Amino acid sequence: MSTEAFHKETKNLDHAVIRFVGDSGDGMQLTGTQFSTSAALLGNDVATFPNYPSEIRAPQGSLYGVSGFQVNIGATEISTPGDDLDILVAMNPAGLKTNIKDLKPGHMVIVDEDAFTRSNLQKAKYESNPLTDGSLSEYNVIPVPMTSLTREALKDTGLDSKSITRSKNMFALGMLYWLFSKDPKHTIEFLQKKFKNKPQVVEANIKALKAGYHFADTLELMPTHYIVDPAKKEKGTYRIIMGNQATAWGFMAAAKKASLELFLGSYPITPATDILHELSKWRHLDVTAFQAEDEIAGISSAIGASFAGKLAITTTSGPGLALKSEALGLAVMLEIPLVVVDVQRGGPSTGMPTKTEQSDLMQALYGRNGESPLIVIAAKSPADSYDKAFEAAKLTLEHMTPVVLLTDGYIGNGSEPWKIKTLDEMPEISHYQVTEYQEDFHPYKRDPKTLARPWAIPGTPGLEHVIGGLEKDKIEGTVSQDPLNHEEMVKLRAEKVRKVKDFIPPLETEFDQEGDLLVVGWGGTYGSLKTAVKKYKEENPDKKVGLAHFSYINPLPHGVADTFSKFKNILVAELNMGQFADFLRMNYPQFQYTKYNKVQGLPLGSPELIKKFNEILKSE
Amino acid sequence: MTTEIKYTFKDFASDQDVRWCPGCDDYVILRSIQKALPEIGKKKEDIVFISGIGCSSRFPYYMDNYGIHGIHGRAAAIATGTKLANPHLSVWVASGDGDSMAIGGNHFIHTLRRNIDMNYILFNNEIYGLTKGQFSPTSLLGQKTKSSPYGNTQAPFNPGELAIGAQAKFFARVAGNDAKLQTKIYIEAEKHKGTSLVEVLQNCVIFNDGAYKDITDKSVKDDVQLVVEHGKPMIFGKNKDKGLVLDEMKLKVVKIGENGITEDDILVHDAKEPDATLHLALVNLKEPVVMGVIRAVEDETLIERENKVTELAKKTNPIQSFEELLFSGQTYEVEE
Repeated sequence: MSTEAFHKETKNLDHAVIRFVGDSGDGMQLTGTQFSTSAALLGNDVATFPNYPSEIRAPQGSLYGVSGFQVNIGATEISTPGDDLDILVAMNPAGLKTNIKDLKPGHMVIVDEDAFTRSNLQKAKYESNPLTDGSLSEYNVIPVPMTSLTREALKDTGLDSKSITRSKNMFALGMLYWLFSKDPKHTIEFLQKKFKNKPQVVEANIKALKAGYHFADTLELMPTHYIVDPAKKEKGTYRIIMGNQATAWGFMAAAKKASLELFLGSYPITPATDILHELSKWRHLDVTAFQAEDEIAGISSAIGASFAGKLAITTTSGPGLALKSEALGLAVMLEIPLVVVDVQRGGPSTGMPTKTEQSDLMQALYGRNGESPLIVIAAKSPADSYDKAFEAAKLTLEHMTPVVLLTDGYIGNGSEPWKIKTLDEMPEISHYQVTEYQEDFHPYKRDPKTLARPWAIPGTPGLEHVIGGLEKDKIEGTVSQDPLNHEEMVKLRAEKVRKVKDFIPPLETEFDQEGDLLVVGWGGTYGSLKTAVKKYKEENPDKKVGLAHFSYINPLPHGVADTFSKFKNILVAELNMGQFADFLRMNYPQFQYTKYNKVQGLPLGSPELIKKFNEILKSE
Repeated sequence: MTTEIKYTFKDFASDQDVRWCPGCDDYVILRSIQKALPEIGKKKEDIVFISGIGCSSRFPYYMDNYGIHGIHGRAAAIATGTKLANPHLSVWVASGDGDSMAIGGNHFIHTLRRNIDMNYILFNNEIYGLTKGQFSPTSLLGQKTKSSPYGNTQAPFNPGELAIGAQAKFFARVAGNDAKLQTKIYIEAEKHKGTSLVEVLQNCVIFNDGAYKDITDKSVKDDVQLVVEHGKPMIFGKNKDKGLVLDEMKLKVVKIGENGITEDDILVHDAKEPDATLHLALVNLKEPVVMGVIRAVEDETLIERENKVTELAKKTNPIQSFEELLFSGQTYEVEE
């Protein structure tokens, strides 16, 4: 298809935020994924975020059944899926109603006007038709009869009318490709591959895609199309990766690097289940993915597998971490390698399963009986999940203590371009496994450098020993209820975790290294905070603002006090009621912390952050 | 796997002091297993004992093998991970009635249905011992315990019945004081491919002493215990003159030599029959109480099924290495 000789004007954009919304059955996730992938393949930087209801197939047309997919494409570096929308594509009234508030005034909303029937309007609780009653006057509304145009275009394909109607998402996608001057060839290739055994479906989808593309070209209401130039990125081979997929692959990479096999014990839970799905595919690549009968069996089987010498992990979300806490305490006591991944979601209790939050931090740090310290780290973006899963595995193997890796629904389900990192590009991983007889073996005799104990696995002759949840003798690991031995063991386990500080990178500050305001965050908010600080600094070049983002939470890295002392104000922004701020206050009470907290199941946005920066810096 | 090393029971005893109450049947179980292990052809470093919490769960400390003393109820789940991680290991679970059927009930039933190859010794004393005497999921109705001073109101499980309901392919029962039969059954359990559940009627001398005396006392046992063997008629009694027949869908005790009954009329035990109807009748029989290997049905194990699908993935998945995975699907080049 030709992308040249446009008779309409073109306009260059630095970036554009687009959201596709419709019924959960309208294929919005596929449409959004295709648009993002094409944009990335054509050189844009992208960040995406799906937003879907917790019901699988909510009643058609209902407000709570709206499924959305947001993508931010850029000619410069993109760190988040974006805040307010530049373009909204709404396939039905319910989608329009629940999303229009996020569209920037004056900006374009493309709707399938065929879907604005009396019954759909009623389901969306509209009293009159918003397309005709003037209520959308502040927006640029482009009503397109997508359903009937798709039907017309596909009438000769021989497909039944239901299948034809289902192709209207491709019509919408075609329009967007025209609007952003994108060649739809990658989607055509994708359709040919995906439905290779259903040539009729391939033909219909491609026809709908092209029909939408050409329709947009001729539509007088769309006089301009946009160009978002390719972004400058480091040279290399890239792919679009989702956070949960990156987490799964990071563990696979770590297992390969450590020459161990990977074991996952897991129970399905939103939004972590995709890690189980991903690892279930690769059983022929030395991965055992065991779907257990419950969360407790998930972690318990991982403990059993770790004892037998595998790199063992368990994956879950907040409620599952609560169920795993007793077994996690056992792993602390056994001093074996184990990684628990918590893809955080809105809580407490069942809370908001499909929405993001960072409110499991205290649970990860302290949610066990007794003095039970372990390593806690957090991933900061979808692609960073690969590195942090790898790092979690490296730390648990090199320090013989469990690790909790915190990600969240936002980065777990979000995606972005990732410069593929092969095994050669990853650091080495060592471990304490013992598989041959040793003279003078003592199960709890520690390496003075790390305080890790040897990991002698079943099958090793002469090193038979029993480990367990009862307090142990500090050398032999046999049961000991001796008061002083217990106190020493409690301190040893804590010291072992503290020592990790010397093996992780010191805290880094981005933007200004000293000055007026240090913005502090951790985990999945990195992209939001970076975008906000960057924007704020562009608007306020006289202000000195730094960003200190934490990936390592327990232990905290070196350099915290030094960094904090260089700024007049410290703002800790997080998606909870201030858990990390409290943790920092406990560890570094000499500083004043201002908090910015949000618990709406949504990521942090630039406008709200910038407002907060202004509040702090104007009051000076 | 066979081994040249000839072990004796002493090779499996650890240097730890055994701390069960004097007279506890757990001593009999410990010694019977230590006597069984030299016969199973496994190296001692390839044997793992995993337990939960309770008196029985101290078991791994007394064995000179690898072991985990886990947390309450989770032994089967931990053991499942160990066996999946290294199928070559001989994995044994030591667990009590509370550990298995109250707090660990979920893991218990799922382990049985999966038929993972391990041996599960269920120490059933019908009481909580380590917490000093509360009723358990196998305590009798009306039983007076510290938490049921006026009598237990919660109807008990029959472990064999529960196990068969949970798709168990191997179930054996044995008296806690019967060392000889125990050793024999533990060897059978290890030989059986799949989850082998052995219920031991274990007397707790402190909190439920005598719970089984009507079954296990030397003076009565021959007349109240029927020890079944695959392929042999189900005959019992001091004089070997009583046996089981089927009468209108129910098991009935008959006397050989009376009413024209001969040994040929007695039901022959078939442990290998997949249909569990008769096995269920045997586990539920009150007089006599049936001991021995009641059910031993050959079936695919979890690991055999796992291996099959791994082979399928090897054959059918176009991606055959981690490097290939990294570069699979839609990738793109960025030039400088």
